[in-house]
Amino acid sequence: MIRFESVSKVYPDGTKAVDELSLVAPSRQITVLVGPSGCGKTTSLRMINRMIEPTGGRIFIDDRDTSTESPTSLRRGIGYVIQHAGLFPHRTIVDNVATVPYLLGQDKKQARKRALELFELVGLPANFAKRYPAQLSGGQQQRVGVARALAADPPVMLMDEPFSAVDPVVRAQLQQEFLRLQGDLGKTIVFVTHDIDEAIKLGDQVAVLRVGGRLAQIATPAELLSSPADPFVAGFVGRDRGYRALGFASAGRLPVSDEPTVRLGSDLSQAKDRARDGWVLVVDDNNAPVGWLAVDRVPDDALTGQVTPELVNLGGTLAKEDGTLREALDSALSSPSGRGVVVDGDGRLLGTITAAEVLERIEQHAAASRTAGAQGGRAAS
Amino acid sequence: MIVASSADSSPWHFWAYFLDHRHEDLGWLWDHVWLSALPVVIGLAISLPLGYLARRYRWVYPPMLSITGLLYTIPSIALFVIVPPLFGLKSLDPLQVPIALTVYSVALLVRVVADGLASVPDDVLQSATAMGFGRVRRLVSVELPIAVPVIAAGLRVAMVSNVSLVAVAGTIGMNNLGRLFDQGIQLSTPTAYYPPIVLGIVLCVLLATVFDVVIVLANRAATPWRRAVAAR
Ligand SMILES: Nc1ncnc2c1ncn2[C@@H]1O[C@H](COP(=O)(O)OP(=O)(O)OP(=O)(O)O)[C@@H](O)[C@H]1O
Ligand SMILES: [Mg+2]
Repeated sequence: MIRFESVSKVYPDGTKAVDELSLVAPSRQITVLVGPSGCGKTTSLRMINRMIEPTGGRIFIDDRDTSTESPTSLRRGIGYVIQHAGLFPHRTIVDNVATVPYLLGQDKKQARKRALELFELVGLPANFAKRYPAQLSGGQQQRVGVARALAADPPVMLMDEPFSAVDPVVRAQLQQEFLRLQGDLGKTIVFVTHDIDEAIKLGDQVAVLRVGGRLAQIATPAELLSSPADPFVAGFVGRDRGYRALGFASAGRLPVSDEPTVRLGSDLSQAKDRARDGWVLVVDDNNAPVGWLAVDRVPDDALTGQVTPELVNLGGTLAKEDGTLREALDSALSSPSGRGVVVDGDGRLLGTITAAEVLERIEQHAAASRTAGAQGGRAAS
Repeated sequence: MIVASSADSSPWHFWAYFLDHRHEDLGWLWDHVWLSALPVVIGLAISLPLGYLARRYRWVYPPMLSITGLLYTIPSIALFVIVPPLFGLKSLDPLQVPIALTVYSVALLVRVVADGLASVPDDVLQSATAMGFGRVRRLVSVELPIAVPVIAAGLRVAMVSNVSLVAVAGTIGMNNLGRLFDQGIQLSTPTAYYPPIVLGIVLCVLLATVFDVVIVLANRAATPWRRAVAAR
């Protein structure tokens, strides 16, 4: 657990970067600091490992006052990842990853072995070990940066916009892997970003800072979207927050309808018979959906043939049975047939659902939370 | 008084001249080697901490640049002459030339070291600090290795310029290859006699080339990461 106790930072030139910040980053959770440029996110993060000394207040890690520890030994116990990875250009990748174990005086061989294990964990091929950082792409360097921060197995990790220098596709992939990794490792993480979408995707809790380094709100992502504390937070969280909040609302058991299907490889004539509104759902041998077939659009000369993968439209996302309302709505809206495909945990077809049916669900959900909100409001007053 | 035993005064007879006087010439070559190399080594040792200070305390850098620039504008002859009284030596003391050349080397290398340290990317410095490197350890195992290419480039300039400055000291009577030019001038009355002058030029150029190659090879050996990247 990391605890800020009315921490302030005034730079020598008089800039007030952080103002009386008090917050708790709980153990084994991701706390995201988010806010506009210059609001003091990096400053707050760096005060945790004393790269910047606070001018007021105190910071505790598991009830140890950080100001009483030697900065170097404090830092060796805290993983740190920055935007451009900051790898050592003159050292091989494996030596970069093993940096902190070397600093701690661990056996070289042992440290390298541990580094290679981390390669696997963060998805780096083992043959990168002997390369130098400049021989890697930006996304790969960022993985090395994460591996390096994990090398000495620190309980605490600080991450300053670690994924913002890579393109959106790679970023989404790195975010996904980061969440998987955190699921396995359970570190206490403070994560800085200026991207509210990233904050909402990654955070167990999100702290919104305003310029001048004051805390505007700290809450779970769902709370932040549904009840922003003030106009600043509301504006920062953004316009389509109602829609994004659906990403946190469990869809529960969706009222799916049975959907007639054809298997890959079966006769096209069968597909024509089973189609509804011109579309039939194609599944594989395990009853997992493959895509939609538009029977009217099959070329005449192919009509006597079989259902082949080339004929199948792959548009349309899948909704999981216990997924979110956002997934369910997206599956209905993206489906070429207008019927969203719902699957079970193993990816097998359960049935389909229309956008109107999902919206009905959303209505029920919204009504339920309005009632809860109203009761909460009465209880408070 | 040296006698021109090879009668032919054509510039191309420098080799015959060398064979006739090789004992003396090789002695001067050796003097030239250490007179030009030692000041660079000592100059680098002095410049490392000065360059580091100029990096650490940014306000030191501009005045330091002015001072070293001014030092460099002092003509070498004048510096050679003024060193003995300043350092309490007698004239033609063997330390006179190394001290003067060390001053030049420092003037050149302080800036080189500061610029080399400045070439280390800021995010590398930040991440080194964040991982728990102390100041000295960071300097030795992160900053200096990364600064090697810039420092090596500066050393090449300092080395070559020292080879030619040492020769100037030969003309005021210090033993080194510069004495060959002195001889050439003496032997050129009444008619021009070139072999010792050409020999001096050839040996100076050869020496400078050897020093240069040594520094280039040492730089390559110390920076395997740059080759790996270039070969990509
Ligand atoms: N060394 C410094 N001296 C003076 N002012 C500084 C210094 N470092 C940062 N500041 C100021 O402190 C404020 C907070 O800076 P900080 O780097 O923490 O912002 P940030 O939230 O990380 O911004 P960004 O999203 O742009 O990275 C800014 O106004 C900045 O200009
Ligand atoms: Mg920042």
